[in-house]
Amino acid sequence: MVEWTEQERSIITNIFANLDYEDVGSKALSRCLIVYPWTQRYFASFGNLYNADAIKTNPNIAAHGTKVLHGLDRAVKNMDNIKATYAELSVLHSEKLHVDPDNFKLLADCLTIVIAAKMGSAFSPDVQATFQKFLAVVVSALGRQYH
Amino acid sequence: MTSLSAKDKAAVKAFWAKASLKAGEVGADALGRMLVVYPQTKTYFAHWKDLSPGSAPVKKHGQTVMGGVADAVSKIDNLTAGLLSLSELHAFTLRVDPANFKILSHNILVVLAITFPDDFTPEVHVAMDKFLAALALALSEKYR
Repeated sequence: MVEWTEQERSIITNIFANLDYEDVGSKALSRCLIVYPWTQRYFASFGNLYNADAIKTNPNIAAHGTKVLHGLDRAVKNMDNIKATYAELSVLHSEKLHVDPDNFKLLADCLTIVIAAKMGSAFSPDVQATFQKFLAVVVSALGRQYH
Repeated sequence: MTSLSAKDKAAVKAFWAKASLKAGEVGADALGRMLVVYPQTKTYFAHWKDLSPGSAPVKKHGQTVMGGVADAVSKIDNLTAGLLSLSELHAFTLRVDPANFKILSHNILVVLAITFPDDFTPEVHVAMDKFLAALALALSEKYR
């Protein structure tokens, strides 16, 4: 079981309490598709992903980024049981969406960069450590039901 | 992984023109972060008295490391040749596991995002990510 200190819990809840889900979600997903272009393979039906500007202004990508971020909400609200909380989502990503679980880490890294840019110096080493720990647990839970 | 295109090199050089002014601080912050976020990296610095972010040895070494990055930018057209002696240093003397190059690169990118939030666009991010990966590869050349 993952152990969380009181400080880690409050760091995570604070980050998400002050988050603009639409802004951060769309920025993180579009950054992922630009920095790791092979991830575009999962979004063939989303319209024009031809270049960075097209990706950044694609409304389907923006909406999906927001959706993903709201999905993270569930982990924030269930920090002591992220594995069980994401069991269904893990099955979905494996059986229906067929997403290579290595990609979860790529999106997590882009989310870290976007949050860092937003928070500036408030994204201290300790906050970074906690945020990355949280994302690592999420990533692991999402990959759990693959077989 | 892929080699650097002309577009990548241009993007790196253009961004570096601005970022180089804060190279020392970026290096110090990135190194300090790495030691906190990835504690296993502390094993290479057991001989330092103080491993906390902002400490004297961390600041000094962060500057040294970014000096290497700056050098690599100037040798971007042939990183393998340009970083030969640095590769020998890391391979034979320091013997840093190359997995750690990726870890430090990630922290450099995080600090660049914090320090230059408007300039560190996705396009600059991908160019810098590729460049740091190519740098790491050149550093690994002499390992075996």
